[in-house]
Amino acid sequence: MIDLLRARRRQGRRTIAYPDGPPPDLPERFRGHPVIEGARCVEGCVECVTACPTAAIVREPELAVDLGRCLFCGECATACPSGALTYGRDPRLAARSREDLVVTEREQVRLARALDDKARRLFGRSLKLRQVSAGGCNACEAEINVLGTVVWDLGRFGIQIVASPRHADGLIITGPVTENMRLALRKTWEAVAPPKIVIAVGACAISGGPYVDHDEASNGADSVVPVDLYVPGCPPHPLTILDGLLRLLGRLEDEGGT
Amino acid sequence: MTPLSRLPSLRSGGAVPRSAIPDLGWADFARVLHTAVAQGWRVAAYFGAAEGSAVRLHLVLADDDASELAVATTLIDGATFPSLAGDCAQVDLFEREIAEQHGLSPAGHPRPGPVRFSRTLDPRAASGATPPAPDAPGTQDFYTVAGEEVHEVGVGPVHAGVIEPGHFRFQCHGEEVFHLEISLGYQHRGVERALLGGPDRRTLAYVETAAGDTTIGHATAYCEVVEALARCRVPSRGAALRGLALELERLANHVGDLGALAGDVAFLPTASWCGRLRGDFLNLTAELCGSRFGRGLARPGGAAFDADGELAARMLDRLEAAAADCRSAIELLWDSASVMSRFERTGTVPREVAVELGLVGPAARASGLDRDARRDHANGIFRSHPIPVAAADSGDVHARAYVRWIEIQRSVDFARELLRALPHGAARDPVRDATPDRLAVSLVEGWRGEICHVALTDGDGRFARYKIVDPSFHNWSALAWAMRGQQISDFPLCNKSFNLSYCGHDL
Repeated sequence: MIDLLRARRRQGRRTIAYPDGPPPDLPERFRGHPVIEGARCVEGCVECVTACPTAAIVREPELAVDLGRCLFCGECATACPSGALTYGRDPRLAARSREDLVVTEREQVRLARALDDKARRLFGRSLKLRQVSAGGCNACEAEINVLGTVVWDLGRFGIQIVASPRHADGLIITGPVTENMRLALRKTWEAVAPPKIVIAVGACAISGGPYVDHDEASNGADSVVPVDLYVPGCPPHPLTILDGLLRLLGRLEDEGGT
Repeated sequence: MTPLSRLPSLRSGGAVPRSAIPDLGWADFARVLHTAVAQGWRVAAYFGAAEGSAVRLHLVLADDDASELAVATTLIDGATFPSLAGDCAQVDLFEREIAEQHGLSPAGHPRPGPVRFSRTLDPRAASGATPPAPDAPGTQDFYTVAGEEVHEVGVGPVHAGVIEPGHFRFQCHGEEVFHLEISLGYQHRGVERALLGGPDRRTLAYVETAAGDTTIGHATAYCEVVEALARCRVPSRGAALRGLALELERLANHVGDLGALAGDVAFLPTASWCGRLRGDFLNLTAELCGSRFGRGLARPGGAAFDADGELAARMLDRLEAAAADCRSAIELLWDSASVMSRFERTGTVPREVAVELGLVGPAARASGLDRDARRDHANGIFRSHPIPVAAADSGDVHARAYVRWIEIQRSVDFARELLRALPHGAARDPVRDATPDRLAVSLVEGWRGEICHVALTDGDGRFARYKIVDPSFHNWSALAWAMRGQQISDFPLCNKSFNLSYCGHDL
């Protein structure tokens, strides 16, 4: 018992103050929102387009990156001969629609606006979510799990992962939705009593990720259920997921982006 | 001359011409397997590759004592192939996979059935018929125990926690489990099919997400195969960085597992602190390459990110702090009577069962098997910086937990040594194109156990076949075995003590 108390004192309090304080530091090499400087593009160069594993980049009519397809692997930045495309360290990426995830030099990601007033009254202080991994590789799942640990402490926002869709207000989905999970995902969604929301976490759940256009998968959650929040990343940093959830619930002061 | 001596030998991270692998008749092929297993060798991989309208079976055997691998092949030119699983449990699941991937029937298999409920890998040109669509997963006839007092419990695919899907069908009598049958395939994404004809711009994304919490393990195995095919060496500094990343991955997952095990027995102090500490190790990996899961780090030729003296020093400080906090959090487990009474003698897998099933990783070591690919098939930095192999012998949840604790401490020692003195030179050298018509193999000790990648190149140096064996492919059978005679309420604890990958199995 004494050892336990000694350990408790040693471990201390680790919960971050964010959003009431600054967010935790991210590593220097963290790859967040892309930074596009079109003036640096070499005429006729399509190195970034060719390098991208998931065809997330187009050059015409202007350089655009679809963050819903982006794996944040950085291959485009490595391939770019002129530094026109690099990765910044802004972790704020979540949006309410697929179109809002396509970014250009002029337009950053249109960060998620909050749910309407009625939904905020229902979910703003208590949001119970059922997680469904529909072909996820366990990285997005792990980062969702981490939000429940002491540093992030999702519970302090009234957000909780629950054991059954019957206890839930919505789903938080990972994975491209494999063929073998389509029915289970649909049934789980139907078992949630309305009103309900759906959050898609990670490139796979948004667009299929590396598995885009596979016969074995479905190119993302919104091919099966309606989605209210898209959180890009492969996997998204816990801070990106948390930022998205708090924006959805209208609990973040700054609007960010444009 | 024994059939084994006819086989070309190679080491992990090596390649042989496909023409040098003897094409054995079935009788000799079967004899190779029986002889090898009788001598204590293991089946690292057993899979098929399309050859015209036929299927060539490839058997990759591992001799841990001699640190050698041997490969044998045989051609199957019909709709069936003889099963060897009755005498050799290690090939049980491999044979079911061959059957499913190539539309063959394993004659005499003790319990045939789908593995992933997936399409075949290659259209069977000879038959001309389109292969039938696979059945829906979890709809097969499960093994059933008859009796008025017997009840059946089905769990999944969607589980109560934040975890990948699988289906578990229990035959129970009251609280006691008579039998557990595990049905997977829900995570099948078509990785091996998509790797055919590669490498291409998506190949690394597939390899890194095959089992997404083992990115470094699988990416390292892939890199070693590509380097073997290109006949090039990795600079020491690159090998060291890859080894460091592999051990950081092991640390993050082992610490997380011990926390989760504590959570499963309601010991909240360790559960709570390990949850945080896992993140500290993930953040160390992110310092190195920008990704907590090591995406983008391991690349053919070495490591795509380097750590200068200043970064290495900072990482070392954080490693020491995390390691000290881990000791404080984890040692409480062994002193807590409530934890130990749940852990000890729960989910026991005896040594002889572990041998028979061909288990790998901490689960195997917990049952007394002295096997670890970092020592037995050392490649890269592990040749010059060996890590002592952890061992236990009770084979229960406690042993599987304690082996992880030993490995945590040894991985910290290894990481500390490397961060203090990374070898000089480049982190990565350029890599030539792959040699055509080769077979290359690599074994990497991922945190769950031995990962095996096998690549066959065609006349253009492209992948004619790419086989990924995640350690979970060997070990899921152990969970089914361990649950026999246990209380069903101990299932989450047993499951967590193995912590196997669903997507690594399903691919």
